[in-house]
Amino acid sequence: MPNPAMSIKIRKPETAAAAPAASASNTPLRFRISDLNFYYGAKQALFGINLDVPTNKVTALIGPSGCGKSTFLRTLNRMQESIRHTRMEGEILLDGQNVMEMDVVALRRRVGMVFQRPNPFPKSIFENVAYGLRINGWKGNLGEAVEHSLRRAALWEEVKDQLHKSAYALSGGQQQRLCIARALAVDPEVLLLDEPCSALDPVTTAKIEELMFQLKESCTMVIVTHNMQQAARASDFTAFLLEGKVIEYAPTPQLFTTPTDPRTEAYITGRFG
Amino acid sequence: MERHFEQDLEELKQRLLWMASLAERAVHQAVHSVLDADEALAMTVLEEEGAINEMQIEIDDRVMRLVALQAPMAVDLRFILAASRINNDLERIGDQGVNIAHSALRIVRHPQVKPYVDLPRMSELAEGMVRDSINALVRGDQVLAKSVLARDDQVDLLRDQMFRELLTYMMENSAVVFPAFELILVAKNIERIGDHATNIAEDVIYIVAGRDVRHPALDRR
Amino acid sequence: MSLRTAWRKTVNVVMLSLTGACALVTVSVLFFILGYLVWHGGTSINWDFFTKLPKPVGETGGGMANAIVGSGKLLLVASLIGIPIGTLAGIYLAEFGGRGYSFIVRYTTDLLNGVPSIVIGIFAYSLIVLRTKQFSTLAGGFALGVMMIPISVRTTEEFLRAVPTSLREAAMALGANKWKTISTVVIPAAIQGIITGIMLDVARVAGETAPLLFTAFSNQFWSPGWNQPTASLPVVIYTYAIAPYDDWHRQAWAAGLVLLGLVLVANIGARVILARRAAFLKA
Repeated sequence: MPNPAMSIKIRKPETAAAAPAASASNTPLRFRISDLNFYYGAKQALFGINLDVPTNKVTALIGPSGCGKSTFLRTLNRMQESIRHTRMEGEILLDGQNVMEMDVVALRRRVGMVFQRPNPFPKSIFENVAYGLRINGWKGNLGEAVEHSLRRAALWEEVKDQLHKSAYALSGGQQQRLCIARALAVDPEVLLLDEPCSALDPVTTAKIEELMFQLKESCTMVIVTHNMQQAARASDFTAFLLEGKVIEYAPTPQLFTTPTDPRTEAYITGRFG
Repeated sequence: MERHFEQDLEELKQRLLWMASLAERAVHQAVHSVLDADEALAMTVLEEEGAINEMQIEIDDRVMRLVALQAPMAVDLRFILAASRINNDLERIGDQGVNIAHSALRIVRHPQVKPYVDLPRMSELAEGMVRDSINALVRGDQVLAKSVLARDDQVDLLRDQMFRELLTYMMENSAVVFPAFELILVAKNIERIGDHATNIAEDVIYIVAGRDVRHPALDRR
Repeated sequence: MSLRTAWRKTVNVVMLSLTGACALVTVSVLFFILGYLVWHGGTSINWDFFTKLPKPVGETGGGMANAIVGSGKLLLVASLIGIPIGTLAGIYLAEFGGRGYSFIVRYTTDLLNGVPSIVIGIFAYSLIVLRTKQFSTLAGGFALGVMMIPISVRTTEEFLRAVPTSLREAAMALGANKWKTISTVVIPAAIQGIITGIMLDVARVAGETAPLLFTAFSNQFWSPGWNQPTASLPVVIYTYAIAPYDDWHRQAWAAGLVLLGLVLVANIGARVILARRAAFLKA
């Protein structure tokens, strides 16, 4: 019997939270990418990419500069189409639907994007968030929808009294959160983030990572980052790309502690190149 | 905005404390199985060893993940590294408890060698050290941790006393050699428990003050 | 000091003074013209000037109401022709153009800009005046409109290009197609610049005289509708200035002052608009 003089009363911790044995094979999938090849003119940038993006998790894409991670990200919402002479082969399925057969406007309503440098429109804060709703013919209460988005982006408290002010009056970190709010306004299922924190300071970066942690319950996220620590901190799954190919794809804790491919290990330990 | 990292740290701490409570209970039960010649109690200790070992593996796993994924700094880093060491000390304390239980099962077949005087005193001291070192961890209490360090010498003295006494008994009466010898082993185990508690206390000081107080005889200049 | 150093120092001082003096001359020319106009024509600026028709030759008094209104009508027609065509062409160049075709369009626009105004007048004359067998506001407006096109194209294109690509990307990522992006993001972002471009464009052609000489011609009276010859400020200045009447001379100075005033207002207004836009974006 435990000694009654024992002063620590401790409850047995739940073992459910112990070791999340998540693997890509037993979670529902938002995107299935098969045999994706991508060409800029004659130059091939992506070679036979196969990847599964799990629903409501954060998937990170890491790799050295020029390995194709941004190119790959942009194929997911067909942003590459605006560049001339690009060609894509292979299949990208969003919830089982081929994205190339979907209406591109409908696709982009379901798959939003946040860019490397904050790029709010030269309009007021309110108009920035409302933009996506307006152009898609939103019939509901605009003010409520804008507030909801700003709350989801953890920006509401800071800007609620100055919605009419220019978006450019905000700091860099706030502008990026505004861009996130703007993307969230149309309630996308997926959010693509292309190095969203590379232009921001560490404190703001931490805020945005925490934001992602809260958002992933309702939104699948794919983030490209050249900062491995960020991928380690913030993602559930990580894919390592090199020269247009996926070298390794695993749950984040596994990839960063026991990677299977020596090239992955070389990159992570900084012995690369 | 509380970061989910803080939650992970808290969960690590909770598991460490749970393991400490298991280890403490194992020691207490093991010693009493000797003092009260209670076979059933000794068996309980042996059965519950598994839980302690499982928790050791889980804690190590968590430590690994926290270091790999979060790149902790300063006090977080010291805590996580110290947690890894405390983890090992607690598991060793559990092992000592198991050893004592095994000894109890063997002693129980023989009549009691002598009235137990030093043994309960020593075990109370050692258990107190374990308890206080863990409390010091919970409260971040350097002073309490230092008091644990001070008591180690007393435990060592008691062990030496017990050795001398039991040796005398063994030399006088060869029939009691076997149980007396087991008692010597038990004393050794309890003294080791005190050492591990001392390690834990040193780790607590490291976490709180950032000072490594092991081996004070070494000149660190 | 050595001869070489002394020489270099002298050259330095001389060039500094020379360039400074030329800069000063440049600035003072404007003020000189302004002062001259005010001095000579300031007295003739009165309520009559803006409301009355010209008096018959030889009589003093009267005003230039018809010329002012005439200029207004001409600029209106010119704007209706020049601005839509120029702006939309500018949008094409900035947003849609392929490499080869854009180059041709830009080059010909620049060439058109360099065509002498009198040649454009002749063009309008043979196209409209000869066919309709009369001078008209329409013909004059057409000539001025053609002159407005190249400037409008270039300024629109420039201000649209100045809008960063990242804004276009952001709009497209939210599901806007190309035209929606242009109309809801790019143009509003460049609108201040485009408007100032238009204002300056109008101010520039407001003073063109040569093409009007054989398109709108002139008119002593009101010009009803759009198919009659019409008076305009530049032509009236021309007519009055070379006439032998002092009163007419003074009125010509006054007209010149009004024209210059229009140009200054347009320029200063343009700067104010652009400055306020910059402040909004920075605030």
